[in-house]
Amino acid sequence: MCGIVGLLVKTPALREQLGELMVPMLIGMTERGPDSAGLAVFGTPLAENERKISLYSGLTDDGADFNWLGLTHELKGHLGVTAAVEPKGNHAILTFDIAPAVVKRWIKEHHPKLHILSTGRSIDLYKDIGTPAEVASRYGFAGLTGSHLVGHTRMATESAVTPDRAHPFTAGEDFCLVHNGSLSNPNGIRRMLEPRGITFETDNDTEAACRFLEWRLREGDDLETALQKGFEELDGFYTFLMGTPDKLALIRDPFACKPAVVAETDDYVAIASEFRSLAHLPGIKHATVFEPAPEEMYVWNA
Amino acid sequence: MERLTFDLAAQPLRELNTFLHTGAKEGKVGHVTVLNPDGAHNIAVGLDCPIEVEVVGHAGYYAGGMNKTATVTITGSAGTGVAENMMSGKVHVKGFASNGAGASAHGGLLVIEGDAGLRCGISLKGGNIVVGGSVGSFSAFMAQAGRMVICGNAGDALGDSLYEAVLYVKGSVKSLGADAQFEPMSDEDVSIVASLLDQAGLDHNAQDFKRIASKRSLYHWNADANQEY
Repeated sequence: MCGIVGLLVKTPALREQLGELMVPMLIGMTERGPDSAGLAVFGTPLAENERKISLYSGLTDDGADFNWLGLTHELKGHLGVTAAVEPKGNHAILTFDIAPAVVKRWIKEHHPKLHILSTGRSIDLYKDIGTPAEVASRYGFAGLTGSHLVGHTRMATESAVTPDRAHPFTAGEDFCLVHNGSLSNPNGIRRMLEPRGITFETDNDTEAACRFLEWRLREGDDLETALQKGFEELDGFYTFLMGTPDKLALIRDPFACKPAVVAETDDYVAIASEFRSLAHLPGIKHATVFEPAPEEMYVWNA
Repeated sequence: MERLTFDLAAQPLRELNTFLHTGAKEGKVGHVTVLNPDGAHNIAVGLDCPIEVEVVGHAGYYAGGMNKTATVTITGSAGTGVAENMMSGKVHVKGFASNGAGASAHGGLLVIEGDAGLRCGISLKGGNIVVGGSVGSFSAFMAQAGRMVICGNAGDALGDSLYEAVLYVKGSVKSLGADAQFEPMSDEDVSIVASLLDQAGLDHNAQDFKRIASKRSLYHWNADANQEY
């Protein structure tokens, strides 16, 4: 079992309240996912030449005392790059204006235990072990702003309870995926992708789905085509919620084994595994509430 | 008869269910209104007295489950397993219902005015289910007794491995499951459908429905069938 939440605000004024509206949604899914939680938030993209990466230091020896400022000094010294850092305990967002692959390779070489959570121009990603309420307060989720977000509460079934196996998973740039369910062919997907040079960071089944779909997008598929290939190749039980810089997308497996409910008003689209995570939203009593059908694509534009 | 209101925004669900299981049986309260259900699970489950319960809003999983003699109305939608294993009485959902609605119901009437999700009426054991909208795939799977009236369409594999339950569909059926077949509507079928529609308060012409029942070819093991069912 796991919980999924997603929120996309249509009214620009609500962007300031994105995190505040979402925190009760995430906490509402605690019973479905008490062991870890995470979310990806999409905001105004950086300039064309800039990138940001979300980093997690909880697996390093220093943990939340990691010297983030020191990291920027090292980057300056080694790569000559000026990086801005926004630290929050064991988490930081690093912004710079060189190719992200160079920075990520340097990090893997010099700080191998530092976990790279996401890369892109729009995405910030937070995830850790703990209850949704603990994780939300650890990173100040209530203060997050942006146009849309994808969140998850985890009750692990397919791999261990560790921060890197929490959701959302990311691949490439500005793409993330959360999953409620369990895939039956993640190893087949891995064996298909690995010879193509795609590397995996965990043994988690969701990571296979995430990397498969991002690979299709990178190969030139639009989101709808990639999702259609997902229906054909990914076997098992799933409700997937995905985020890109301008879209939220939802699909459910043909047997609709895992739940999802959507509430839409003029101001927002909200998605959750269960209605109880939507009940607090403003105007919910007059929202259009529906259950997404199995094997259908639901895509909302930010 | 007295009327009582429980506001689940202010009172725990357990208070409501405890009253429905104990105090309600004294027979002084005839109607209970439940406000702000907000998707909570197990609202009004296991009732065993002829009380009326109105849930104003959306209910979570298993609402009205195991119902006996009570009438439970949900003005919004219902989550997974509404009225599962109902024994008698009535559960009426004004909105849509999620997967497994009326699963394994032994008796009573489940009305869903909107659509029902997948596996509606799975393993039905004698209750009646009337769906104003459409039902998802695998509905009435292994349904043993009772009836389903579907005013909209049905998804894939309707009535797969059907026993003696009978299904009536007004709209299209995407596919029938193994051993389910269309059969002609008799006068008795028409009057059964008319009566169930009337009890559900839905306005359709009973003549427009098609009957689906078991071919009974799976009832006995056939060693010559070569697994070609």
